[in-house]
Amino acid sequence: MSGNGTGHDLSKVDYGMVDHPGPVAWSEAALREIEQIFSRYPDKRSATLPVLWVAVREFGWISYQVELIVGEVLQRPLNEIHNVVSFYTMYPKRPMGKHHIQICRNISCWLAGSEKLTDHVKQVLGIGVGETTPDGRFTLSEVECLAYCECAPAMRFDDRYVGNLTKESLSGIIGENP
Amino acid sequence: MLKLVTKLVGVENSHTLSVARTHGAYSRIEKAFAMTPEALIQEVINSNLRGLGGAGFPAGRKWSFIPKDSPKPRYLVVNADEGEPGTCKDKYVMIHDPHLMLEGIIIACRAINAHRCYIYVRGEYDLPIARVENAIAEAKAAGILGERVMGHDFALEVVVHRGAGAYICGEETALLESLEGKRGWPRLKPPFPAVEGYMRCPTVVNNVETLAYVPHVLEMGAPAFAGLGSERNGGLRMYSISGHVNKPGVYELPMGTPLREIIYEHAGGIPGGRALKAVVPGGSSSPILRADEIDVKMDFDSLAKIGSMLGSAGIIVFDETVSIPEAMLVIIRFYAHESCGQCTPCREGTAWIEEMVARLLSGRGRAGDVDNMLRVSKNILGNTICPLGDAAALPVMSYVTKFRSEFEAWLEKSRPVSSFPLPATHIGEPAVA
Repeated sequence: MSGNGTGHDLSKVDYGMVDHPGPVAWSEAALREIEQIFSRYPDKRSATLPVLWVAVREFGWISYQVELIVGEVLQRPLNEIHNVVSFYTMYPKRPMGKHHIQICRNISCWLAGSEKLTDHVKQVLGIGVGETTPDGRFTLSEVECLAYCECAPAMRFDDRYVGNLTKESLSGIIGENP
Repeated sequence: MLKLVTKLVGVENSHTLSVARTHGAYSRIEKAFAMTPEALIQEVINSNLRGLGGAGFPAGRKWSFIPKDSPKPRYLVVNADEGEPGTCKDKYVMIHDPHLMLEGIIIACRAINAHRCYIYVRGEYDLPIARVENAIAEAKAAGILGERVMGHDFALEVVVHRGAGAYICGEETALLESLEGKRGWPRLKPPFPAVEGYMRCPTVVNNVETLAYVPHVLEMGAPAFAGLGSERNGGLRMYSISGHVNKPGVYELPMGTPLREIIYEHAGGIPGGRALKAVVPGGSSSPILRADEIDVKMDFDSLAKIGSMLGSAGIIVFDETVSIPEAMLVIIRFYAHESCGQCTPCREGTAWIEEMVARLLSGRGRAGDVDNMLRVSKNILGNTICPLGDAAALPVMSYVTKFRSEFEAWLEKSRPVSSFPLPATHIGEPAVA
C-alpha cells in the first residue's frame, strides 16, 4: 500500500512509464543537496524542478517509484509530481542509453539539412527516433530549437552542444564514444 | 563598431570576476545606489530600453508598475529560457559576460526593491548555467552579492533555476508557474506579474539581454543610450541571423538597423549568389516578409507598422530553393508540439493546422484546405490565455497569404479524396446559425 492517501494501490496503474526494479531511496548526499535546494526558495513546491533534476542524476530516469519519493520529500501529492514529470520533455521516463543524441529539427537546422543527418544516424545506429540501440550505447531524439542556430545544423550530445554537423562529424562522434 | 553586451566575446576568461572588473564590471553600482529608486526607474524609461526577449515592452515602464506600498516581498526574475526558434543571443551574455548580467540584476533590484532574484535558464543550457553559477559564487565571495551589496544596506540573493524543456516556459506567466514547481500553464493577465507574480508577490520578469544593457544606460546616461537607436527604440541590440546566409551569427547593432544591411553586409549575403525568397525577421513567431519587404528598420515600431514584429530579433533567411509550405510545416509542428494544452483554440488549432499542411504535402490535400488554414488561424487569434496561440496563427496567416500560389500548387498535385469539397460546417463552425 503506497502512502498516497487515495486508498488505491497506485502501483497497479499503468502510467506509461518504466519501473525501477524495486523501491528507490535517496542517498545521504542527495538528501543534503535537497536541503540546500529548499533553503533557496520560500516554499518546498518551488523546489520541484531542481529536486527532479537530482532524482534524474541519482536514479537515471523518473519512474513511479521515483515519483513516490519525490512526492514524499516535497510533501506534494503524487498526481502533482506526475503532472510536472509528464509536462517537461527533459525528464526521462525510461532508461536512456549511455549517450543521448538530440538533433534539432526546428526551422534553421531544417534549412541546413537536419533531416538528412537524422536519417544518417538512424542508418548508422539501426534505430528510429526515440529509440535506444540494443547495446545501450545511444539514444536518438529529435528536439526543438536548441538556440544554436548560428551553427546549424546542431545537436546536443549528452550535456554539450555540437554545431556545424555533417554526416562525417556525426559518424566521428558516434565512433569516439563507445 | 560600438559593442556593449558583446564587448567581451573573445576576451580570454572574460567570465571571471578579475577579468570582468578590468573591463568595468560593477563600476555602475555606486551610481545606482546614489540615485533614488524612482530616479533610477525614470532614467531607464528615458533611455527607451525595450524588453529584448520578444514583447518589446519598455523596460523602465514595467519596473514602474511595482506597487510602492505593497507589504509583500518583491522579486526579480530573469528570463533566460531562450526558446524562440532562430534566437541564439542570450547565451553570449551568460557565457562571456555573466558579471554584466549580474550587475544589471543588482541595479534592477535596487530600482524595484527586490532582495531575491531567480534566473530561470532553459534546461539545455549547461555551459551558460555553469558560467552564471560560477559568477554568482565569485560575486558572493567578493561581497558584491549577499547581505550587504558592495557595502550598501541592501541584501540580494541570486538563485539559478534550471528549466526542463518547455518552450512555453519562456512566456512570463508560464515561467512563474514553472518557477513555483508546476506545469508551465500560463496565467490570465490581469493581474500582471508586477502586481501578482512569483508566489502572488510583485515581480518583474526581464530578459537577459535587457538587463545586460541596464549598466550601460547608467554609464552613458539615458539620452546617449536612446540616441544610439531609433525613435522610441533606444540603444543597441543583438540580432541573431541564421538560415541561408554566408555568415550566420549574432551581431550587436543599433536598434533600427535596416534588415537589408544585416543580411547583405553583416551576414555576407546568400550563399551561391542565390536569390532571396523570404525572411522571418523576429523569431519563428513573427509574420514572414517577402524579398521585396526587407527595406525595413529592425526596431519594434517599424516592423509592427508593416504587419510583422521584431520579437527576439531571430532573423531566418530563406533563399529561392525553399518550399514555403514545407517550411511552414516545420514551424507549425513546433507550435503544435509546444502548445501547453490549456486552451482549446491553441491546443486544437495548432494540431489541426499541422495535420492539414502534412496532408497537403503528402498528396492528400482537399479543396478548401488553404482557406481552412486561414480560418482556423483566425479562430485562434485573441481567443487564448497566452500569446503562443497568436505566435502560431499570425505566421501561418502570413505564409498562406503571401505565398498562396505555392499552397495552391501543392493542392493541384493532390489526388481528389472526394468529388466535392467538404462542407464548410465540418470543422469548427458554430452550431448556432
